[in-house]
Amino acid sequence: MSTQTLTNQTEIKQSKFKLWKADVKHTVSEMKKNKVSYLMMAPFLTLFCLFTVLPILSSMVLSFTYFNMLEIPEWRGLYNYVRLFLEDDIFLIAIKNTLVFAFLTGPVSYLLCFVFAWFINELTPKIRAFMTLVFYAPSMCTSIYVIWTYIFDGDSYGLANAYLMKLNIIDTPIQWLTDVNYNVGIIIMIQLWLSLGTSFLAFMAGFKSLDHSLCEAGAIDGIKNRFQELVYITIPQMKNILLFGAVMQISSAFAVGPVPMALGGFPSTDYSLHTVMVHIYDYGQVRYEMGYASAIAFLLCLAMIGTNKVIQKLLKTND
Amino acid sequence: MAKDTMNKSRVNRSLGGDIMVTLMLVLVGAFMALPLYLSVVNAFKPLDEIFIYPPRFYVMKPTTTNFKQLFQMTSNLWVPFSRYVFNSVFVTIVVTISHVILASMAAYPLAKHKFPGNKGVFKFVQTALLFTGGTIALPQYIIMAFLGMVDTYWALILPSVASALGLFLMKQFMEPIGDAMLEAAKIDGASEWRIWWQIVMPIVKPAWLTLSIFAFQSIWNATGNNFIYSEQLKLLPTVLTQIQAGGIARTGVAAAASLVLLIPPVLFFVITQSNVLETMAHSGMKD
Repeated sequence: MSTQTLTNQTEIKQSKFKLWKADVKHTVSEMKKNKVSYLMMAPFLTLFCLFTVLPILSSMVLSFTYFNMLEIPEWRGLYNYVRLFLEDDIFLIAIKNTLVFAFLTGPVSYLLCFVFAWFINELTPKIRAFMTLVFYAPSMCTSIYVIWTYIFDGDSYGLANAYLMKLNIIDTPIQWLTDVNYNVGIIIMIQLWLSLGTSFLAFMAGFKSLDHSLCEAGAIDGIKNRFQELVYITIPQMKNILLFGAVMQISSAFAVGPVPMALGGFPSTDYSLHTVMVHIYDYGQVRYEMGYASAIAFLLCLAMIGTNKVIQKLLKTND
Repeated sequence: MAKDTMNKSRVNRSLGGDIMVTLMLVLVGAFMALPLYLSVVNAFKPLDEIFIYPPRFYVMKPTTTNFKQLFQMTSNLWVPFSRYVFNSVFVTIVVTISHVILASMAAYPLAKHKFPGNKGVFKFVQTALLFTGGTIALPQYIIMAFLGMVDTYWALILPSVASALGLFLMKQFMEPIGDAMLEAAKIDGASEWRIWWQIVMPIVKPAWLTLSIFAFQSIWNATGNNFIYSEQLKLLPTVLTQIQAGGIARTGVAAAASLVLLIPPVLFFVITQSNVLETMAHSGMKD
């Protein structure tokens, strides 16, 4: 009995090996057949590996070290990660703030991008071009958001304070950007103002590549209004672009940081605007602890990958 | 042509819905435009009007002093200002064109060919998009130093050419193209390169025009500070931020500088967007 199972096992092993060998042979011949495909990808992928993949991998390795950018990195094992969760109270605040920003701005701005791309797409060409410019312009220049400090200046020279005081709604100026009662809300508003960017334009391009004859066919088949058309005809055609938008939205929603830092100060009042990105900046650019900063960046990336998996599953079940 | 497309989109629309949509567009559009309007107005305000109380939404005595001052300052620089303009224009053109071409070229087999490693490469690209830490600048610097590219145009150009966004975007747009059409072209004797350039690219024109907008503005706004230290290789944004850092007396000049910096991307955007409209004729080619 036992010898029989033993021979069975070796047989299985042998057959598995044969399968594997055939697999390799098949793969190699497939690769040879698709030589052109690899050639077409080669220039891009070479540069991509050199300047994106390799730096990301080295950053991951650095996250296990102590590295002050002057001395040779010193291996620390998991110490940076232990320190993040057990000793760094501010990191926990940063996680909380990042989640607040990500879950309030991410989905809302995704929806805004889609809805306004949909609305604007139906305008006449000239108005459409103008409206696209108006909605997209905030994302076009990276520093234009600084103008918000003119609106929400903390003294009475700020537009918001001046007009609220003129109307006797308030009698002393409000510190919009440093008062913890207001600053989070205002930054969220500004982030939303800034967020009709990549996804919005990609959706616009998506609407432009739609097949219009399907809408007419739909009208004959009994589609009555614009919502039914959107759900049954437009969205199924745009699934690929919606997925692209979701990934872009995740990466920008979790990366909130430069805007609150420029407007709300660094460090912000009671760390109310301290996000994970700000924390990375703090350790990487201010304290020169690259190892620690890399550990934070790695965790942030993991959080985004996790969210991406969940959202892709949601998009797929909605088929 | 324009009228034709308008009529097409009139199916399944009601008057009430149109009014609602217009109302929302106007309201949200005003909110989007207000800060932009303020930036423009501030650039034309004389210094005493910028710090006036109460602050105003409009300018009483519009002046071009800020712009004149900006040009005065830029003409007194150690390196002639035209050199910075050349650097920015040169790098922007090279990056935009080569990124669009290389990314689309890589996206085509990824979207339409079945070969070993296809899914793996795509997953890799997608994951790289989600790594936004600012911690890769240092390893990037080390790699560039190793290749002897620090402080050359290559350091500004190559990393931007290989941004993952372009590949992802193009692949998503190419995937729905009908296989039957590509198969027919192959039977007629077209090479893969020709199919990519003469069939696939025209169909996804809205996508690559949009991608060129992304590429243009991201490289136009880049400072490249990490990899460049020679003054004569620096880009426009670096120089203009140096001018802006001159303190409160330069507030007006700073406003003028950001406005000037905004002109090329806006022009490029307008030209590209008007081209997107022409591609409607191709949409029937999908199956």
